[in-house]
Amino acid sequence: MSKKFPFFILFAMLLSCKGESPKTVDQKQTNSEIVQTLNYQELKPLLEKQDGKNYVVNFWATWCAPCVKELPYFEALASKYSDKNIEVLLVSLDFPKQKDTRLLPFMKKKNIKSKVVLLDDMNEDVWIKAISEEWSGALPATLFYNANNRKFYEQSFTEEELHKELENFLNL
Amino acid sequence: MKNLKTVLVLFVAVMLYAFTGSTEEGYKVGDTIEDFRLKNVDDSMVSLADYKEAKGFIIIFTCNMCPYSVANEDRIIALDKKYKGLGYPVIAINPNDPAAMPGDGFPEMKVRAKEKGFTFPYLFDEGQKVYPKFGASRTPHVFIVSKPKMQVEYIGAIDNSSRNPEKVTEKYVEDAVDALLKGDKPSKTMTRAIGCSIKVVK
Repeated sequence: MSKKFPFFILFAMLLSCKGESPKTVDQKQTNSEIVQTLNYQELKPLLEKQDGKNYVVNFWATWCAPCVKELPYFEALASKYSDKNIEVLLVSLDFPKQKDTRLLPFMKKKNIKSKVVLLDDMNEDVWIKAISEEWSGALPATLFYNANNRKFYEQSFTEEELHKELENFLNL
Repeated sequence: MKNLKTVLVLFVAVMLYAFTGSTEEGYKVGDTIEDFRLKNVDDSMVSLADYKEAKGFIIIFTCNMCPYSVANEDRIIALDKKYKGLGYPVIAINPNDPAAMPGDGFPEMKVRAKEKGFTFPYLFDEGQKVYPKFGASRTPHVFIVSKPKMQVEYIGAIDNSSRNPEKVTEKYVEDAVDALLKGDKPSKTMTRAIGCSIKVVK
């Protein structure tokens, strides 16, 4: 019970963040101030929503060069496929103690608009497998999912490849 | 006609699966590995066959630039210090193409090995021929191999807290080597951890 309580608060907070439109007037007040630090149990509900939306979840870190390179492609997805009801979630695997010194400044500098959470859970052997049997743990990695399908990629994408894979996924 | 189409689609899918599967998999636990001959940071060439006295090897794909590799450097040195004398030396291999990751070149490897005082060979997978055979997918990525059969005994992480050495509660590699030294099989043979992808020029 004691473990569940903060989880509910977090979840409620996440829901309330979600209520804000990402394209409201106040662009400077983007997600950079509201990055939640989650353990796997707290992240899990965000990887299995069944609400009719198409989710694109990218696992990344500021120190991962190929991740940083492909971030803009993910950022652009929601507007490119605006009729497809897509929501992008960026799950950072930055070192938790570098949240304030690296992650938040990076997000501000790059003006990251997508929702970002920091995954801080040391039990990697358990949750990497749980997220996908196909994931060995290398970054970057990406999960597409909706109520009916899931597809996991342990790779980086060019912008073209990302569009192609996402279009294939959406046409399933 | 429709049936033929279905059969064709299935056939292509099976071929694609078979093809990608066989190129990406690499060694599994129980497989016998091929020896390699790679350049060490002291400019000598190193093969596993050079280690006549060894009982096996702790082969670790790692590199200079990946923060997860850096976070594990002290742990890799400690593994070598503890197990080299017992017959399981560490052999580190940098699998990255420096053209894709400046900072992971051979000259930079020499600098890092000296700075950190590596007690083990730090080999350069020039031309990236060795890591695909192992099926290494990230740095750091550990493969424990036993002699005389050169058999893969364990694939995975060093321990269960790659990001924070103070929170380690299970030392996978030590447990595996301890078991092998006693003549047993490791109880855990596959683990996962977050790491950096291996850098290849696309």
